[in-house]
Amino acid sequence: MQKSLHIDPAKCTGCLQCEMACSYENHQVFNPAKSRIKVFDFHHSGRKVPYTCTQCDEAWCLHACPVEAIKLDAATGAKVVLDSVCVGCKVCTIACPFGTVNYVQDTGKVQKCDLCGGQPACAEACPTGAITYVDADWTGLERMRQWAQKLDNQPAAGHAD
Amino acid sequence: MSWARKILRVDLTKGTCTAEPLNMAWAMAYLGQRGLATKYFTEEVDPKVDPLSPANKLIYATGPLTGTMASTGGRYSVITKGPLTGAIACSNSGGYFGAELKFAGWDMIILEGKSPKPVFLHIENDKAELLDAADLWGKSTWDTEAYLKNRFQDPQVRVSGIGPAGETGCLYAAVVNDLHRAAGRSGVGTVMGSKNLKAIAVRGTKGVGNVKDPAAFMKATVAAKKVLADNAVTGQGLPKFGTQVLMNVINEIGALPTRNHRDVQFDGAKDISAEAMHAPRKTDGKPNLVTNQACFGCTIACGRISKIDETHFTVVNKPQYWGASGGLEYEAAWALGAANGVNDLEALTYANFRANEDGWDPISFGATVGAVMELYEMGVLKKEQLGIEAPFGSAQALAFFADQVGRGEGFGKEIALGSKRLTAKYGHPELSMTVKGQEFPAYDSRGIQGMGLAYATSNRGACHLRGYTVASEVLGIPVKTDPLVTDGKAGLVKAFQDATAVFDSSGLCLFTSFAWTLQDIAPQLQAACEGDWSLDNLNVVGERVWNMEKEFNLAAGLTKKDDDLPPRLKKEAARTGPAKGLVNGLDKMLPEYYQLRGWNADGVPTADTRKRLGTTALK
Repeated sequence: MQKSLHIDPAKCTGCLQCEMACSYENHQVFNPAKSRIKVFDFHHSGRKVPYTCTQCDEAWCLHACPVEAIKLDAATGAKVVLDSVCVGCKVCTIACPFGTVNYVQDTGKVQKCDLCGGQPACAEACPTGAITYVDADWTGLERMRQWAQKLDNQPAAGHAD
Repeated sequence: MSWARKILRVDLTKGTCTAEPLNMAWAMAYLGQRGLATKYFTEEVDPKVDPLSPANKLIYATGPLTGTMASTGGRYSVITKGPLTGAIACSNSGGYFGAELKFAGWDMIILEGKSPKPVFLHIENDKAELLDAADLWGKSTWDTEAYLKNRFQDPQVRVSGIGPAGETGCLYAAVVNDLHRAAGRSGVGTVMGSKNLKAIAVRGTKGVGNVKDPAAFMKATVAAKKVLADNAVTGQGLPKFGTQVLMNVINEIGALPTRNHRDVQFDGAKDISAEAMHAPRKTDGKPNLVTNQACFGCTIACGRISKIDETHFTVVNKPQYWGASGGLEYEAAWALGAANGVNDLEALTYANFRANEDGWDPISFGATVGAVMELYEMGVLKKEQLGIEAPFGSAQALAFFADQVGRGEGFGKEIALGSKRLTAKYGHPELSMTVKGQEFPAYDSRGIQGMGLAYATSNRGACHLRGYTVASEVLGIPVKTDPLVTDGKAGLVKAFQDATAVFDSSGLCLFTSFAWTLQDIAPQLQAACEGDWSLDNLNVVGERVWNMEKEFNLAAGLTKKDDDLPPRLKKEAARTGPAKGLVNGLDKMLPEYYQLRGWNADGVPTADTRKRLGTTALK
């Protein structure tokens, strides 16, 4: 079963544990500047929104790469940057409609979310469940459950007696 | 390690920025942040210095766990000699600024001298420079942050600085970062303004990559986060209700100072409580509270984000106050509300927004307005000089003064000097509800006896964040004690004061102490830092920090008579509630406290105590 990162902004408090977990997993440093997931703070509404790669099936970044440095991880569905192949041309950063592939000055390569090989550190570190790693076919399941619950105590239709 | 091992010294007189290695011998003895900065400060600054002269210094300090995955590891403190108190001042803030400073590779910034013209400090990793702030002077903290993010074309710049209050000489001006987090008390922002320093803008992309034992650190922080999540206060009460969870509790036990401490219970408490913030308003059907919010790294998320009712008199035709911003925490809600008898939640929220925007301490402001209202009701202050009728309960007067105080306008200019100076000027110094010139926070020491001792002995003047025995006396953390008795409180206060000094020196938030003890912090520090951070040694470090602050105050000229409470709390008994008939029994607690501290009868550390802690008398 393939899984997806699922983001529920309403649960995000803006603590940035996800950004530190990501940078620690990939760069062995607590450093939001090197995180592949970013939390955006829309302070006029009070809303915080974590955002990262959604692993498109027909990934623009993968198709745009001139040296085939972005490969599909068949087990997770992640589109993974191969550092040994990437030449840092940044064409993928232009191709990606969502901005989730970014250049890293220190390495001269690009980086993007690779789902940590199937155990995303951001989801593990999130204290509120704003980032979860769930069945890719059922990212809507929790929201469906919440709405379904509203019907839980209702009398069944057609049995109003 | 986890210290960046580097400090930035900024000579504002000369306009220079110089990197220095962190004194690691001192770090081993004073840990970081509050403790380590106090060590630097006491070594470098004459305790008798005029707080607003160029010879005073201002230190921004992070802790070793600032900028790590330890829960709440994003704190920084601002240390100086306070203009409100003449005592050591150390104010702590969350938000994101502290971690960003650490990510840029700095443990501390020591700011000294005085710039000939307004400047701001720009830090980008190793690069630090002073830049002209002529365009920024006079701007609010909100506009300053927007200006700097725009100027550097970088939304990820973090900003800490002063608003107009720090420029106009308000003696309780705050240092505000990330729009609504503040090193709020004792006038640390006033000192910043006196140096012609408007703000510090920092961008750090180096991160913290030097924890001593990463695997052990991750294990320790995960375990400690679970303790916070499983605890009823840090896991449920604070995220849902914030510190405002206390409003109804403290009112019920008869310890909510009301109308300048005339009373200990407020009939309007329910209207300004956490529950009220959650309730839909009659006007627009929406609650005051929008959401909770975390500071950097925090898995508690007690912060309040609120929106003011757009039809409320305070914000009609003022759309700049219609968006969500930092809402009421308990201390501010009390000071802006119960202390003045005002029960208008929207007016309190407005005053709180103005405190963040103009950069002043809502506790000292609210408490001072309480004194003004009492003087007004006594007929000492008149409408003609105040510019408005100001009886207890007037939300209009509260909002009126909140608009003035940071800008140095009208009678707000006098309110900006705090209640000690204001009540003395009008012939009623007994009405100043202060210790060492700093206004009380939201717990009446007639209803919570231990807090009387905690206030009287707090090194930075009246404060709830130096020895929060409320935890024990009211909430039963770590064990329940009787709030109405003085027995055993000397030891309790000392234990809370020493432990708090460790929390404040680590980079962690004191609010974790609702669930954590030093036993939860020790393994995190031990895994992150070289040195001995065992429980036993941490207890000594905390006591050492406390004594070092005390030595500064003694050398500054403070004496036993400054470890005292206003006469009202010692002579006028509580009129209602469980504490009815009680005054605070400070005189019963103070001698025992001095003894437990290893101080003589005048509150001076003995030679043995100094030797045991490795501290010295200062000159």
